[in-house]
Amino acid sequence: MAAKARKMTTVEKKLVGVADVVIDAAQRRRDPTFAIPVRSLSNVTFDERKGLIELGRRKQARSFFNVGMAKKFMQTVLVADALCELQRANLTTSLREIYYRTKHTIKNSHENTLDTQDESDPLIEDLEVTLAALREELHVRAENAGSVVGPLVLVDDGDRVDCARLGKGGYSVPSIVEPEYLEIRQCSADFVLLVEKGTQWNRLSEDKFWRTHNCVLLTGNGQPPRGVRRLARRLHDEKRLPVYVLVDNDPWGYYIYSVIKQGSINLAFESQRMAIPKAKFIGLSSADPEAYELPRNVGIKLNDKDIARAKELLAYTWFQKKGWQTEIKRMLSNGLKYELDALANKDFQYLTKKYLPRKLKEKDWLD
Amino acid sequence: MGSRQREISVSEFFTKNRHLLGFDNPRKALLTCVKEAVDNALDACEEAGILPDIVVKVEAVGNGGPPPPASQATRFRITVTDNGPGIVRQQIPPIFAKLLYGSKFHRLRMSRGQQGIGISAAGMYGQLTTGKPVQIISRTGARSPAHFFEVQIDTKKNEPLILEKKQIDWEAPRGTQVTMEVEGRYQKGRASVDEYVEQTIIANPHVKLTYMTPEGETKELPRTYDQVPESPREIKPHPYGIELGMLLKMLQDTKSHWLSGFLAGDFSRVSPRLAEDICKAAGLSPRARPRDVHGQAAENLYKAIQATKIMAPPTNCLSPIGERAILSGLYQQIKGDFYTAVSRPPAVYRGNPFVIEAGLAYGRGPEQAQADQQKKAVPLAEGETDQGDDRELARVIRYANRVPLLYQQSGCAIFKSVLDTTWRNYGVTQSRGALPAGPMVIFVHMASVWVPFTSESKEAIAEYDEIGKEITLALRECGRRLGAFLRRRERAYSEQSRRDIFALYIEEVVESCNRLKGGRLAVAKLKEQLQKMATKRTGGEKTDEVLGKNGSGPEGLPHSIIVTPDGVEGEVPTMIAEPPAAASANGHGDPGADEKDGEPSKAASKAAAKATPKGRGHGRGRRQSAGRATHGRKTDRRPRSAHRVAKPKARARRGKG
Repeated sequence: MAAKARKMTTVEKKLVGVADVVIDAAQRRRDPTFAIPVRSLSNVTFDERKGLIELGRRKQARSFFNVGMAKKFMQTVLVADALCELQRANLTTSLREIYYRTKHTIKNSHENTLDTQDESDPLIEDLEVTLAALREELHVRAENAGSVVGPLVLVDDGDRVDCARLGKGGYSVPSIVEPEYLEIRQCSADFVLLVEKGTQWNRLSEDKFWRTHNCVLLTGNGQPPRGVRRLARRLHDEKRLPVYVLVDNDPWGYYIYSVIKQGSINLAFESQRMAIPKAKFIGLSSADPEAYELPRNVGIKLNDKDIARAKELLAYTWFQKKGWQTEIKRMLSNGLKYELDALANKDFQYLTKKYLPRKLKEKDWLD
Repeated sequence: MGSRQREISVSEFFTKNRHLLGFDNPRKALLTCVKEAVDNALDACEEAGILPDIVVKVEAVGNGGPPPPASQATRFRITVTDNGPGIVRQQIPPIFAKLLYGSKFHRLRMSRGQQGIGISAAGMYGQLTTGKPVQIISRTGARSPAHFFEVQIDTKKNEPLILEKKQIDWEAPRGTQVTMEVEGRYQKGRASVDEYVEQTIIANPHVKLTYMTPEGETKELPRTYDQVPESPREIKPHPYGIELGMLLKMLQDTKSHWLSGFLAGDFSRVSPRLAEDICKAAGLSPRARPRDVHGQAAENLYKAIQATKIMAPPTNCLSPIGERAILSGLYQQIKGDFYTAVSRPPAVYRGNPFVIEAGLAYGRGPEQAQADQQKKAVPLAEGETDQGDDRELARVIRYANRVPLLYQQSGCAIFKSVLDTTWRNYGVTQSRGALPAGPMVIFVHMASVWVPFTSESKEAIAEYDEIGKEITLALRECGRRLGAFLRRRERAYSEQSRRDIFALYIEEVVESCNRLKGGRLAVAKLKEQLQKMATKRTGGEKTDEVLGKNGSGPEGLPHSIIVTPDGVEGEVPTMIAEPPAAASANGHGDPGADEKDGEPSKAASKAAAKATPKGRGHGRGRRQSAGRATHGRKTDRRPRSAHRVAKPKARARRGKG
C-alpha cells in the first residue's frame, strides 16, 4: 500500500507539470507548447531482435497560440486537470466519464469544450505517451471486455478467484491487471489459448477444452483490450506458458495476432509491457481449408477493404517472414476469408474435438 | 367526306388548345391574364418613353352572391391600369379581341410581347369561362376624350364583336385600363401572381407598381430607378438567321431590282461589296432580278450566304436592363448580404442578336444575421449541429425581355446553365446535378429580338449552344465575385474568431492550471501574460482592417453591393425621390468621388453593357474592361444625351430616404 501511495504522487507530479509548462512559457513570453510523441506508422520501428514494435523519437508540437491547435491545447490541459483530480481522490474511472467531466460550455460563448468523446480519448493517449504514465497509473480503465477460464487461481481485491470453478462463463478480466491489483496465485496449465471470438471461446469453454488439454482459455472479444493482453503477457512471463492465438482467417485476424505478438502502432509505447514476441499463430490459416477439407462454400469473398488491408499487412516490417508472406498471399490468391465459426459446418464440436487437437499434435503453427 | 373539310379559325384552335397559351389550370390562368395585361402596359409605356406607373388590381368575384374569401374564390376580376400613351379608338377592338393582331410580330425589335396573342387570348379565356366581355378604357391625352369599350371575340371568324362603346369621363389624363373577369384560383407561393409582381419589379426597377391583392391588401412597389429603358431600334434580318423558305419569300417580296441591291438593302450587315461577293460565290449575276432567282439558284445563294463571313448583327435593337438597374432591383426586393450583376456583351444565335445578364443576391441580410446570433443561446448537445445555410437551395429567377418566367423551370436553358456551373469553385456547396445550396437568388435575363421559347406560352428558353454559353459565362463572373466576397468575409470572420477563441480558451486554460496547482496560482497574472501574447499574435488593429471596419468599399468587385450590420458598400441605388441637394452633401472629400459617382448612372443606361468608362481602373479586372472596349468599337453607339446627370453614390441604408 505504501508503494502505491508513492507512485501516485509521481503521476500527480507529472500532471501538475502540464500546468508548469503553461506558467513557465507565459513568464518567458513564449508560446506554451507540449511536445507529444507521434503515434503513427511513420514513427514506429520494429525491433527484430526484441520482436517488438517501438515508438520512435519524433514528436509533434502542440502550441496554444496556433489557431489550429488552440482548442486541442486547451482540451489537453482540461483532461490533465480531470486526471489529476482522480489521482487526488484515488478513484478510477472510464474514458467516457472523463469526457463528461471535462465537457462544459466555455464562459461567454455557446461553444463546448468538447463535442464528442472522440475528441477526449486521443488526448488521454497523448498524455499517457507524453508523461510516460500508463493508463492504469492514470486511473483510467476500459470496459471489462474479456474472459478467462482454466486451471488458474487469481486474487482480486483480496478475493480468491479459482478460474476452474467458474462454470462456462469464467472470470471477467478487469482492465487493470497489474500485480498491485491482481495477483496470480497459482497456475498449473501447460499453455494459454487466446481466442479472437467470444462465440468460439464459449464453445471451447462449454466443451471443457481447458480441462482435456490443460490450458488457460482467454478471449478479448475481437481486438483484445489491454487487460487481456497484459494478463496473457504475465502468464507468459511469470508462469513460462507458451501463448497460442486462434483468430479468424482474414486480415483483421492476422492483425490481432500481430498486436498480441509485437504490439500495436497506436500503443507502441506499451509494447514493452504488453507484447508477447513468442506468441504463435495457431489458426485459422489460409492453408487450413484445404488441410481440413472445408468446403469452398463456407468461405466469404474478400471485399475491397479486406484486400487493401491485406496488402498493408504485407508491407509491414513485422510481417516480412517468409511463412507470413506465403500465408497472406495464399489468402489473397484464394480470394476468400473464413470465420472460425465455419468449422461448425463439419460438426458442432469440430473445433474442440478435431481441429485444435490435430493442430497441437502436429505443432502446425506460424511464428 | 369532302363536304366535312372546312377551315379552322385560329380562335377555335386556341379554344381547344388553351394550354398552349398558358391557361392549363385556373391558377396558372389567373397569372397568365395578369401577366399579359401588365406586359402590354409596360411595352406601351416604354415605347412611348413614359416611366410606367401601373396599377394591378385582382378582386375575387362571387358567382351571383357576395365575393368569397380570396383563397376559395373561383372567379376574379383583373384590372390593369397604366399611364401609357393610350390606344386610338379604332385600334381598341382588334387589339383586345382578335388573335394574332399586333405590332410586334413582323419586326425585329426587342419587346415583351412577340406574337399578338397574349391579351386577346386572355380576353378570350375570360369570355370562355365567365361569359363576361373585356372592358377597356383608353385615353391618348388630356385633350382627347376617354373611350370605353366592351368587346368580345367571335371565335369562328377571329373578329372582334363590339358590345358597347361610348365616351366617358376618366380621371386619368392618359393611359389605358383593361378589365376582365376570368375563372382562376388565387394561391400564394411559387408561380403566383404575387411572385410575378415581385419578380417583375426586380427586372424593371423603373416601374412604379401598385398591386391590390385579392385579400384586400395594397402593395406599393416604388420606382427605384428613374430612366426609361432606351427604346430599342428595329433591325433588318441578319442573313445567318433566315431559312431557305424565308429567303425565297423575301426574294419575291423585295422592292429591289437587282440581286445585289436586294442583299444589301433587305439584310443587316451586308454591304454592296459583300453582296457582290455573295453573288459571285453563288454563281449568280449581281444584276439578276431577285424574282427570277428560285430553285437551285436560290439554294446556291442560300449556301453562299452561309459560307460568307458576315459581321454580327447590330445590337441597338436590344435594350438590356443594365448592371446598375439589376443591382438596384435585387437590392430593393431581396434581403441579402451581397449583390452583384453582370451584363454580357451582345452575342448572336441563328442571326438573332441577344444579351445575357445575370445577377446574384446572397445571404439573409444583416437583420437576420443579428437575429440568428441572439437565438443561438442554447448550448448544443452531442450530435446536435448548427442548422447551417446549406439546407436551402438557391432560387433561380428567369427573365426573357424583362418578363419573369415562372413555369417549366427545369426545361429552360437558364436553369440548365445554373446547374452546369460549378458553384463549388466559388465557395458554395452544390450536390451533383442539383442547384447550389445556400441563401441565394440567381437572376438571369435574356434580351433578344426573338427569344426562342419552347412553347407559345413563353415559359422556358430553348437551349441553343450560343445562349447556354453566354449564360454560363455570365454566371461564372457572378460566381467569381461571390467567391471573392465569401472568401473575404471568411477571412475577416476567422481573424475575428481567432482573436475570440484565444480570449475564451485563455480563461479555460488558466482555470485548469489553477486547479492543477491546487488553487495556489497567481491567476490574474497568468491571464494577463497570455492575453498580451494573444493580441500580439492576432495582429491587433490589422484585423479591423481585414474586417472592413475602416469603411473601405468593395475593392475589386465591380457592380456589387455588400451589406453588413455596420453599413452598405458599393453602388447603392439612390431612391429617386431624393432631393437633388443630396448630391452636394456627397462631397466628403474623396478625390475619386466624382469619377466614381459619375460612372454608375451611366452604367445604368443601356450602353452600360457595351462601353463602360474606364474611370475605375484599379477596381475592375483588366480582361473584362478590355473586352468591353473592343466591343464598343463594333457596335454603332449612339451619342449619349448630355443632360443625364450623375446620381450621387449614396451610402444610404436600405429603405426610403
